[in-house]
Amino acid sequence: MDTLIQQIVSGLATGGIYGSLALALVMIYQATDVVNFAQGEMAMFSTYLAWTLLNAGVPYWAAFVATLAIAFVGGLLLERLLIRPVESAPVLTIVIVCIGLLVILNSLAGWIYSYIQKPFPSPFPSTPLRVGNIYFGAHSLGALGITLLVLLGLYLFFRFTTLGLAMRAAAQNPVSSRLCGIRVGWMLAVGWGLAALVGAVAGMMVAPVVFLDPNMMSGILIYAFASATLGGFTSPGGAVLGGLIVGVIENLVGTYVGFIGTELKLTVALALILTVLVVRPSGLFGRAAVHRV
Amino acid sequence: MLPRPWTVGLSAAGLAVALVLLFTLSDFRLFQFTQVFIYAIALLGLNILTGFNGQISLGHGAFYAVGAYTTAIMIDQWEVPYGWTIPTAGLVCLVAGFLFGIPALRLEGLYLALATFALALALPQILKYFEHWTGGSQGIVLSKPDAPWGLPLSPDQWLYLLALAVLVLLFVLAANLLRGRTGRAIVAIRDNAIAAQSMGVNTALYKALTFGVSAAYTGVAGALSAVTIAFVAPDAYNVFLSITFLVGMVIGGLASISGAIFGALFIQFVPNWAQDISKAAPWAIYGVFLIVFMYAMPRGIVGFLRLAVVRWRSRRAEPTTAPARSRG
Repeated sequence: MDTLIQQIVSGLATGGIYGSLALALVMIYQATDVVNFAQGEMAMFSTYLAWTLLNAGVPYWAAFVATLAIAFVGGLLLERLLIRPVESAPVLTIVIVCIGLLVILNSLAGWIYSYIQKPFPSPFPSTPLRVGNIYFGAHSLGALGITLLVLLGLYLFFRFTTLGLAMRAAAQNPVSSRLCGIRVGWMLAVGWGLAALVGAVAGMMVAPVVFLDPNMMSGILIYAFASATLGGFTSPGGAVLGGLIVGVIENLVGTYVGFIGTELKLTVALALILTVLVVRPSGLFGRAAVHRV
Repeated sequence: MLPRPWTVGLSAAGLAVALVLLFTLSDFRLFQFTQVFIYAIALLGLNILTGFNGQISLGHGAFYAVGAYTTAIMIDQWEVPYGWTIPTAGLVCLVAGFLFGIPALRLEGLYLALATFALALALPQILKYFEHWTGGSQGIVLSKPDAPWGLPLSPDQWLYLLALAVLVLLFVLAANLLRGRTGRAIVAIRDNAIAAQSMGVNTALYKALTFGVSAAYTGVAGALSAVTIAFVAPDAYNVFLSITFLVGMVIGGLASISGAIFGALFIQFVPNWAQDISKAAPWAIYGVFLIVFMYAMPRGIVGFLRLAVVRWRSRRAEPTTAPARSRG
């Protein structure tokens, strides 16, 4: 029983990280109908920037905030420079541009920082908390807490600020929004900026666990895809919940289903994605897309 | 489109050059060109699916791997002559592709891209898991075959010839497939699936079949690569292999058969040159080319050449008027 609870708790912690990356994917998808394949690499690159700042002697939380700011501006610029010119192009074009971005960021990180794994510090104490017979890793709890904080922040932003309202309007009905005086193009750019910011949080939370290297996000990204698919690409809350569910499933399956163990973890995500797409393509909480013929 | 005599002439010239190269190049260069032919087959396979049929696959490296492993396992475990393993690999991939194509029917555009991307990411793990057959992370070591029937050729020369023969055969088959009724159905589904269906095209069947054929091409390429390189290992078939194929297809030209050759030359030789700058440089260059081509030459090298030919011809045909005739 203790093992079960233990596994569920640590599943929730990693699930929080999947959830935040999934949230970043969903935010971009909702605003622009683009699944950003480069989301993981953007997060990875932001984490390297944070590492550079920390190495230069900047205190952790200052570096954290600075990285978020850089990631926001970076995401905004990427949308303006790369995505905007192909905004109305066929899906294939946009997918290819995103893959191009993925490859560039990955190789750039390898070029600048080399492919050797680097340790990344955690802001939380290393002594685990103990409740009864169950140990909670302080970092896992902290990461989960920060993810939930980010989610709350985004919720408040979209729900209670004018900019948030304008962004929702721009995503839902671009033409009417433009007539009301909303600069739709910029709203999309801000969406990318926010997504990059959320991704950066995920990157900095996961790096102490998996170590920092240019390929660290590829496994995480497939889980984020699975989370977003499970929760529904049209539902931000669903994406985070999907992330938590995926994290727990991953841990339980890894512990209790003997033939899977840790070696087929990515395959579990693949199977999950395929199952959801085939059985319920809009996910648990998503709206089914209706096409006019 | 070039007129038919031109296509035939250019193909014959290309073939003649390829045969001259066989006796003039060093074994190492021949090996590189063999790789080009193999990549060209894989790229053509991907292009049939993505370029002609409009189904996005970011995971074709997976079918390449299935082809390579089919061959390697058949040779290693059951000592089947390699000549038989190549068509078998094609058949295995045909079935695998068809089966993957059935759930893919329900996935459009982005979702299919996502599912295939996940497949590419997960594949090395799956290969490592079935250690008993695949040799785990160690992979399987094969030996390079000698030329049969006492032909006076080195193994590299023989493999070059073999890959070239398979390439020619598969290109002719693809050209015939895509030119006829089936090809029109495949393209019609890409351009407007609903219209195609209402014209009586069995969209579901054609899409799944296209997936199968495309996978079969890529699987044959994978099988040839296993024989040529004489080694398979799971980490060679990671997600970046699939992205390499995507790069080759985009550079050569979407929905173009001959583009596969240009794309294959690009992905074989450009990384070699770029490697001198930095280990990461080939990928940086790939990324930049992907994006620049999407903006500037979305139909790739072949599309660019076609446009040039059309402009040149219309200028010759009507020397006095501008080539921009308004349509309809």
